[in-house]
Amino acid sequence: MTPSKGASVVIVGGGVTGLSAGWQLARAGCDVVVVDKGVIGYEASSRNGGGASHYHSPLFAEEQRMWPLMDELLGYPTEYRRERVIVALTDAQLTHYHYMAAMFNELGYTAEHLDVKQALEMAPLVSDRILGGIHLKFGGQANPQRTVQAYGWAMQDHGGRLLQNAQVSGFETAGGKVTAVVTSRGTLGCDALVIAAGPQTEGLAAQLGAFAPMAPARAEMIVTEPAPLMPIGGVDGNGLYGRQTLRGNLAYGGGPHEWIEVGEAGPSARPTTPLMRNLARRVAELLPKAEHLRVIRSWAGVIETTPDGRPILDRLKAPDNVVLASMSGVGFGLSPASGHAICDLVLEGRCTFTDIDKFGIDRFADLPADWRLSRGWTPVSGPV
Amino acid sequence: MSAVDPHALNGKLPRPERTVEVLVIGAGPAGTAAAIAAAKLGAQVLLVDENPVSAGLMGLDTPLYFGGRMTSAVQRQARMIEQVFAANPDLETAMELGVEIALATCAWGAFVNGPGVGTLPEPMVGLADEDRAWLVGFKSLILATGARDIALSFPGWDQPGVMGANGLAALLDRYDAFAGRRIVILGSGDLALDTARRALARGLDVVAIVEALDEIQGAPDRVETLKNQGVEFLTGQVIHRALGGLDGVERVEIGPVGGPVRTLDCDTVCLAIGLAPAIELLNVLGGALTMDPGRGGHVPVVTDAVRTSLVHVYVSGDAAGLAGAGEAGIARAAAQGEAAARAALGAAFEPAAPAPSIDAIAYQLAWTRALMSVGSDAVMVCQCEEVTRGDLLGVQPPRYLDRPERLAARDIHSLTADGPVNQDQIKRLTRACMGACQARRCREQVALILTAATQSPAGAIPLAGFRAPVRPLPLKVLADWGEAAEMGAGWDVWFGIPEQWIPYRDIGTERAAMHIAILGGDMHL
Repeated sequence: MTPSKGASVVIVGGGVTGLSAGWQLARAGCDVVVVDKGVIGYEASSRNGGGASHYHSPLFAEEQRMWPLMDELLGYPTEYRRERVIVALTDAQLTHYHYMAAMFNELGYTAEHLDVKQALEMAPLVSDRILGGIHLKFGGQANPQRTVQAYGWAMQDHGGRLLQNAQVSGFETAGGKVTAVVTSRGTLGCDALVIAAGPQTEGLAAQLGAFAPMAPARAEMIVTEPAPLMPIGGVDGNGLYGRQTLRGNLAYGGGPHEWIEVGEAGPSARPTTPLMRNLARRVAELLPKAEHLRVIRSWAGVIETTPDGRPILDRLKAPDNVVLASMSGVGFGLSPASGHAICDLVLEGRCTFTDIDKFGIDRFADLPADWRLSRGWTPVSGPV
Repeated sequence: MSAVDPHALNGKLPRPERTVEVLVIGAGPAGTAAAIAAAKLGAQVLLVDENPVSAGLMGLDTPLYFGGRMTSAVQRQARMIEQVFAANPDLETAMELGVEIALATCAWGAFVNGPGVGTLPEPMVGLADEDRAWLVGFKSLILATGARDIALSFPGWDQPGVMGANGLAALLDRYDAFAGRRIVILGSGDLALDTARRALARGLDVVAIVEALDEIQGAPDRVETLKNQGVEFLTGQVIHRALGGLDGVERVEIGPVGGPVRTLDCDTVCLAIGLAPAIELLNVLGGALTMDPGRGGHVPVVTDAVRTSLVHVYVSGDAAGLAGAGEAGIARAAAQGEAAARAALGAAFEPAAPAPSIDAIAYQLAWTRALMSVGSDAVMVCQCEEVTRGDLLGVQPPRYLDRPERLAARDIHSLTADGPVNQDQIKRLTRACMGACQARRCREQVALILTAATQSPAGAIPLAGFRAPVRPLPLKVLADWGEAAEMGAGWDVWFGIPEQWIPYRDIGTERAAMHIAILGGDMHL
């Protein structure tokens, strides 16, 4: 293998967050290289529901500004589609969704109540036994796999580089800064470092003396053969998140996750389980007019989750040229904005467009070492 | 102090409906012999076979490449069960020995604890018939799933009448429901010669055996026999296109790569260039696989020919790529099945002899290169998703998306500059292999075309992984309608961490507590 040269900014992790950051940095004229242990976007970045409606995040306004522009900005298609519908099969769900709609409206994101007829017009596959729903006139969905590659390509078009199949094992430091990243394909000198390595972020941060607690878990989704296109493809409810792709496939996930361990090299396997039967049942209940459609695949993704489920977006105090980035399992939809924030942290030392101070690792300073055990966020090993 | 996460999968996956001592998947020669051998050793045995498959699945070329050439007889499943049972006399022997046989029952998944999963209550297999899916546990699992057809594209291949050698063999001998009369066979190895023999034995016409290479590949004595029966061998020639009407193929054009071509009347083109060992379930289980061209491609890593890398999981016959073609292949498969059963039950066994090895991938690649030399970039590779050769090698998105200017600068070569070819990555970009047939018609040929186009070493492209359900199952069939209460109790859309979804501005305020009190964890999209 050819050793590669370093860059002004080295980003460890070619997931959607690292690639978005790489693209934004390259656009800003930075010499940047994104290093990935395998193929870019191979983990959770391409194994998610494609949702882009994360109202709770301080990054959401920027996300919403950018998504409609992304195809043009990147130069490659992302399959972004606007808006979502959430439907209720029970009274309790309807009350719940109405509360959420009120919360969205207070935040400045418009959501409207739907009666059954309106909901069925927007999402004709939905059960006519629903009691109503809400229409999010914001948010949307995109194709994760296509978007990840688009970030990578767009970054290259701006002069950024990809180094795939390179495992990062450590760092060289001098004068309170990281000066190089040691990979299986050579040592890359750098002026600044971004670690956006999914569940491996914790271990890499620890090498630099930073405590970035996170627990890896496996989550599952299923996908059917294509159905006729619904006017709104992002349809949630019945305990599921999901979307109809532009091809027509129904891709749905939700329900229990499994806490696992992930080594330095990342997940060694991403198996799915009979949980797919429970997902299939809920999809058939939510979209009974699609119950005859064949499930043609399932997949699992491995995501990391911080103790409060909120992102880590932080520039370390020491070494002071390092940015840690974990979106805590909710990274795809927010990626246009997370990349922007990371780019700001690298270049300006702070996020220029919104407050992200609550995403610093200082909040974990008093976390007990056994925090995973105390929450039951630890793996089980059943009979082999 | 340890706690329980109510939203985690722990303890929620159901136990199987029952657990059997030996579960055999596939009632071909290997699986039937395995079931019989296990029963003779006193074991409780369940032998599962998906045949007869429904007419609908046959139309999706599942599990074999039937090419739409089945008669309407396949629509009468009760009649077909009798037919399938009668086609394998050993099944009666197995029944007499107490083997429980489940026909028309597919194995769509297999699950064991291992890397990335530890929450399964026991090792189990997912089964389904037309109406429902269920789980069966096993002490030992013997995979005798046989081999799949490898399809290669050429102009006009995407119409009824183009099919695979195993699909044809099944329609002839297992279903007695083949709708064709005149067959052109592509390939001249033992698989092709065996296909010709079967067809002639049924009184069908074998119009020609076409070989892209200059030499006939199969055994000379068998070639001689077929020539004496009037079969024409055309070497150094390929199919340039198949022509036809609403009912599919009516004639084909055959000739050397540079032409000229000769037109032959036929209703069926049978691809007998290669078979792919059916490794779906082992791949889903996480069993070790290796690329072994001598065994037909991606095959299980085996010891003693029958043990996989997974304790309690065994493999035999064509699924291991160890049986080979023809009558000798059937005998070897049966011996391997018996060995697998004896190994599973701890009895002494003779490691079964493997078939003589040929470099299957080199041969498939030679054919792929020849076929890529005829026809244009417009030839369809993935029929389900309508991905052409040009789209595949240009790594272009599907037609319903725009193809902006910058995409023109991207292709398989620019992608390869960033790292070795990865079929899963190309699948995501082009949608090749993402269709309803679960890539049965294009998985191998996409790898071969990418290998040829990038001049990668044969077999170097990593396997595009299989995922359960490995048979396309309707939502309502796959669904667990009898779900236990504990599954629903902690069900949350995503992890159930309430703090995660507090609007940022409300973090640390009284409003945060209010949201959590009212919504619990489930307040997200």
